[in-house]
Amino acid sequence: MARDAQNREQFRPEDHESEHFLLTSVVGSYPKPTWLNRADDLVEDPESSFDEADLEEAHDDACRLITEEHERSGLDTVVDGEMRRNEMVEFFAERIDGYEFNGPIKVWGHNYFDKPSVVEEVSYDEPWLVDEFEFTDSVAERPVKVPITGPYTLANWAFDEHYGDSEALAYDLADLVNEEIEKLVEAGARYIQIDEPALATTPDDHAIVGGCLERIADGVPEDVRIGLHVCYGDYSRIYPELNEFPVDEVDLELCNGDYEQIETFADGEFAPDLALGVVDAHTAEVESVAEIKENIQQGLKVVPPEKLTISPDCGLKLLPREAAYGKTENLVEAAREVEAELDAGEIDVPVRDAAPADD
Amino acid sequence: MTERVATTLGLYPLPDWAKDELSDLKGHQRADLVDGSEGPDVRAAYERVREDLITDQREAGLDRIVEGQGRWDDWLAHPLAVHDSVETGGIVRYYDNNNFYRDPRVVDDLTVDGDVAAELDAATGLLNEGESLQAVLPGPYTLAELATDEHYGDDAEFLAAIAEFLAAEVEALPPHETLFLLDPSLVTDPPEGETNERVSDAVDTVASATDADVVFQSYWGAHEEKTYAHLMDADVDAFGFDFVAGNRETHLYNVNEYGTKGDISLGLVDGQNTAVEDPGTVAERIDWVTEQIPDQTFDTVYATPNTELAYLPVSTYKQKLSVLAEAVETPEVSA
Repeated sequence: MARDAQNREQFRPEDHESEHFLLTSVVGSYPKPTWLNRADDLVEDPESSFDEADLEEAHDDACRLITEEHERSGLDTVVDGEMRRNEMVEFFAERIDGYEFNGPIKVWGHNYFDKPSVVEEVSYDEPWLVDEFEFTDSVAERPVKVPITGPYTLANWAFDEHYGDSEALAYDLADLVNEEIEKLVEAGARYIQIDEPALATTPDDHAIVGGCLERIADGVPEDVRIGLHVCYGDYSRIYPELNEFPVDEVDLELCNGDYEQIETFADGEFAPDLALGVVDAHTAEVESVAEIKENIQQGLKVVPPEKLTISPDCGLKLLPREAAYGKTENLVEAAREVEAELDAGEIDVPVRDAAPADD
Repeated sequence: MTERVATTLGLYPLPDWAKDELSDLKGHQRADLVDGSEGPDVRAAYERVREDLITDQREAGLDRIVEGQGRWDDWLAHPLAVHDSVETGGIVRYYDNNNFYRDPRVVDDLTVDGDVAAELDAATGLLNEGESLQAVLPGPYTLAELATDEHYGDDAEFLAAIAEFLAAEVEALPPHETLFLLDPSLVTDPPEGETNERVSDAVDTVASATDADVVFQSYWGAHEEKTYAHLMDADVDAFGFDFVAGNRETHLYNVNEYGTKGDISLGLVDGQNTAVEDPGTVAERIDWVTEQIPDQTFDTVYATPNTELAYLPVSTYKQKLSVLAEAVETPEVSA
C-alpha cells in the first residue's frame, strides 16, 4: 500500500504565499558546468598537477553552484544536480562490493556506458551518498532531495555473472539501498527518490520492483518522504499495480508524450502522490509559464492539488544549462500561479468528480 | 564425420579507440548515425575498424570470418537505415534491451542498394589465403518487423518487398562460404496464421539468391510449433537455435517432431553476459545437443554465440571468440 504522504507539509516554505501548496522539485541530474568536465579530464592526465584533492574542491564548488541555482529558481526542494556522479549505474556500482568493470558498451549510436558485471554477492562497504548529502545540506537553505538509482535498475543494467536470477540480485541490492537510506536519514535526509528507469524496459516485472520497494521502505520513518521515478515506458502495464508500492510519491515522465498516457491514471484511484513531469527533458526549447500551467492541470485529472508535486520529466543533464535553468524557473513560476488560481477557485479539479463515491 | 565450425552472428563491438574517434567525428545525436553518405574521415576510421575486427577473428582462430558490421549503428535495421527509400524516425527500443535504433520508415520502393556488398568487398580484400568469408544479414521477417511501412500499405506485400530487397543485396555480395540470416523477431513476436507460410516463402526468396550455405538463426526464444513447421519448407542449409536464452526442450521438441536441415547451428555462448564460458563445457554442450537428436547425423554443426556481440565490452568479446574456436577443437567426448 502507498504510504501516508502527509509528510509533504514539512517542505512548505514558511513564507509560502498561497493556501494551496504544489511541492516543486527536480528529478536530479543537471548540466555540468563545462569547467567541471575539464576538471574530470584533467585529473586523469598524468602530466597535469591537478589531483584528486583539486577535483574534490571542484566538485564541491559545482555542487554549491547548482544547489544555489536551484534555490534561485525558487524550487521548494533542491538537489546538487548530481555533480559528483558520472552515470547513474556506474556511480553506485563503483561503491558497492561485488561489481567489476570490463569496459564501455554501446547504448545507441555513439552513446556508451561502462556497464558493470556482478561477479560475487553484492555487499555494503562505505556509505555511498552520506557525504554528498551532508555537503549539499550544509550549503542549501531549502530541503534537499536525494536521488538513488533503484535496485531493479542496478540489477538489470549490469551483467549478472553470479546470481543467475535477476530477482534475487535486485532484492539483495534493495537491502543495501535500505541500509544507505537508514544512514541518510540519520544524517538528516527527509526526501529520498528511488530512480527505476529499467522498469520501463520490462514493465511486467512490476512485482519485483514492488518487492524491492518493500525492502527499501522497511523501517524508514513516516516523516521521511520516499518517491519513485519512472520514465519512458508504457505505463498501462504498471498501473494500477503501482498503487501497491510502499512509496509516498510516484514521479512520471508525461510531458514528452504530450500527456497521451494521463488517462491511464485518471480513474480517481491513484494512491500515492503524483509528481508530474511538466517540462520535456529532451528538447532545448523552454516551455512558457502559460504552457506549463496547462500541463500542471493535466495532473489534476489524477490527484487533487494536495497530492500533486511538480517536476521536470526526467533529469535535465542533457540540456544546455540555460535551458535547464529556464525550464526550472518557469516550472516554479507556473506552480505558484496555479496555486493562487486554486486559492481563488478559478481552476477546476477534475479528479474530484472522478473519485469513487464510497467514502 | 560431422564438421564443427566456430563462427559468430556478426555485429561486433567497436574497438575502444573507434568508440572515441567516431563519436568525435560523428557526434552523439540521432542525425549523426550512419546513413550511407559518410565523409572520408569516417570512412577511413571504419576501414581501420574492419581490419581490427577481422584480426580479432583471425587471432582467435574462427572458421568463418565476418566483416564485423562496425557501421551498423542501427543494429539489424541497418540495411534499411542507409537506404534512399527510407527515412529514419525517432529512437526506438531494440527488443528487450537497453539499446536503441532509429525507426526506419519505408517511404518508397525498396530498390537494390549494395551497401552490404560494399562492406563485404572491402572485407574480402583483407582476407588471407584459405580464410572463408561469412555474410550476415537480417532475416526478412525481422527486418520487416523492425521497420515501419509507409509505402506498400499491406503486410504481405511489405514482407515480400523486404525479401526481394534482401535477395538483391545477397546477389550483389562477393563470393562467400556461408550466409547467416538473423531473425530474432520470429521468436519474440511470432507471426500468426497465414503469415507463417509467407515468412517461409520470404526466407526462401533470400536464401535462393546465393549458392553459399545458408544458416537461418533466431534468438531470445524458441520457435512456435507452427512457425517452425512452415520454416522447414524453406530451402536453407541449417537452422540456428538459441540454447542460452531459448527453451532447450522446445527446440528439441520441434527438431525431433518436424526434423531439421542437414546442418545445425547452436547458440551456446552467451552474447549478453561477461561471464566467459569454459571451452570444454561448450564442447560438451555440442555433444549433448547432438545426442538429443538421435535420428540425425549432421554434416556441419556451427558453434556460435546466441546473439550479436555488440552487447559486450571489447575484452569479453575477444575472449568469447577464443572460447568458440577452442570448443570446436576439443575432441568429441562420445564416439
